[in-house]
Amino acid sequence: MIKIAMVGFGTVGRGFARALAENREIIEKKIGKYRVTAICDSKSSITGDFRIDEAFKHKSERGRLPESRSAEEIIEEGNFDVLIETTPTDVFSGEPGLSYIKRTLKSGRDVITSNKGPLVVAYRDLMRLAERHGARIGFEATVGGAMPVIKMIRDELAGNRIKRLRGILNGTTNYILSRMEKEKAPYPQILSEAQELGIAEADPGYDVEGIDAGAKLVILANSVFGRNVRFQDVEIRGITRITPEAFEIAVEKGYTIRLIAEADENGKLEVSPRLVKLTNPLAIYGTLNAVLIETDLAGEVFVIGRGAGEKETASALISDLVDFYGNGSFG
Amino acid sequence: MRFTLIVELEDKPGQLLKVIEPISRIGGNVISIVHDRHKVSPLKRVPVEFVVDIDTEKVESLLSRIKESGVHIRSINEVRMLYTESFLLIGHIIHTDLSDTVNRIDETGFAEVVEIHITMPKVNEPSTAIITISARGKDELGRARKILREICEKKDILVIEPLNEESA
Repeated sequence: MIKIAMVGFGTVGRGFARALAENREIIEKKIGKYRVTAICDSKSSITGDFRIDEAFKHKSERGRLPESRSAEEIIEEGNFDVLIETTPTDVFSGEPGLSYIKRTLKSGRDVITSNKGPLVVAYRDLMRLAERHGARIGFEATVGGAMPVIKMIRDELAGNRIKRLRGILNGTTNYILSRMEKEKAPYPQILSEAQELGIAEADPGYDVEGIDAGAKLVILANSVFGRNVRFQDVEIRGITRITPEAFEIAVEKGYTIRLIAEADENGKLEVSPRLVKLTNPLAIYGTLNAVLIETDLAGEVFVIGRGAGEKETASALISDLVDFYGNGSFG
Repeated sequence: MRFTLIVELEDKPGQLLKVIEPISRIGGNVISIVHDRHKVSPLKRVPVEFVVDIDTEKVESLLSRIKESGVHIRSINEVRMLYTESFLLIGHIIHTDLSDTVNRIDETGFAEVVEIHITMPKVNEPSTAIITISARGKDELGRARKILREICEKKDILVIEPLNEESA
């Protein structure tokens, strides 16, 4: 029996809990029986003997979970094998997730997170901490949502030298740019359209200034190229100044404009709007994410998928769970 | 300088040497040779295209040596700028002295602005331009790109660079 504790019960946490309940049969075939032993958010918690749907019921009826134990208490008690950490991202401090993850790894327990902050702030520290205490940390969900990248490079492309990564790591900006290309409409107009559709946040800075893509690039550079870079090391330019005329001129020349995150083995680390040939696989539309991986043996490998969303992020979290506890038989 | 030289050679052994030997003796460097048998001339001669690197002052003597050996020279063209890249600029391109931006690329001698296309939707609003730069070589293009980046940063112009599709 695998015991799972969850810290964070927002969109991502709830998506994960729902997937655990709905896909139980499929997942248990891979990893055996499991049980959620604790769930907590910033204000409330549920622990002990409970069913996942009870947590949903409390949350929807009363707006909170029934108990008031903190994440620290739950981690301290240690009634779990793996912590699913889905608290909000802060790429500058990494908190509160960073402290939760450190404490869990120190106790020798595994962590699976969708939170970029802790990995951006303290990638190397966390890897060392996990190693020293015989624990594991899974973070596939931090980059590209459901799109497999981290484990794909680590496992499927194992033995390759990775030369360069170029990707679209933020669905919101890709949506805005592809709409600007099609509609030839100004940035503020398309931004408010995206906000109405719930694709962009009320405060869109995190996406449109390239911060989110920059944070993901830091995680990729550290895990793929074995580097020890931080957010401040990324050269970042956002998309807010791009004009509709820019698309007109670009398209005439056979290009479009996309926000590209790029890292290579020589140390390049940049998020910026780039002219992308309309025939390039990275000229994708809508909220999709994609990464073009250039390797010495496998040549170019292109991955595309949904970069965000409740179910998509749950898919990535569960893939780490299966990676940790799966028996290796795929049938 | 680098130039392309198209000659017509008789279709028999030893003809290529008539061109290659003088180039090598004079200290030139053959960059490429394209031998096109499908385009044989009415006089049954095969056109061959050479790209050659050689000191500018030696070009005349090279050409006369080739002619002396009886080879017909069809054309010669100087290849000045081989590498080209386009960039999008967004900002107050005119107000920040466009000609200065262009001059600073042109005055390098190894790169030049070959095309600019500007749209200015409204007075006082940022304009958008595509600027094409050609340079003598790949490294020179890289240096020109760096100069453009520096100028535009000072002038608060956003530069959108192309995603180069050559493999890493």
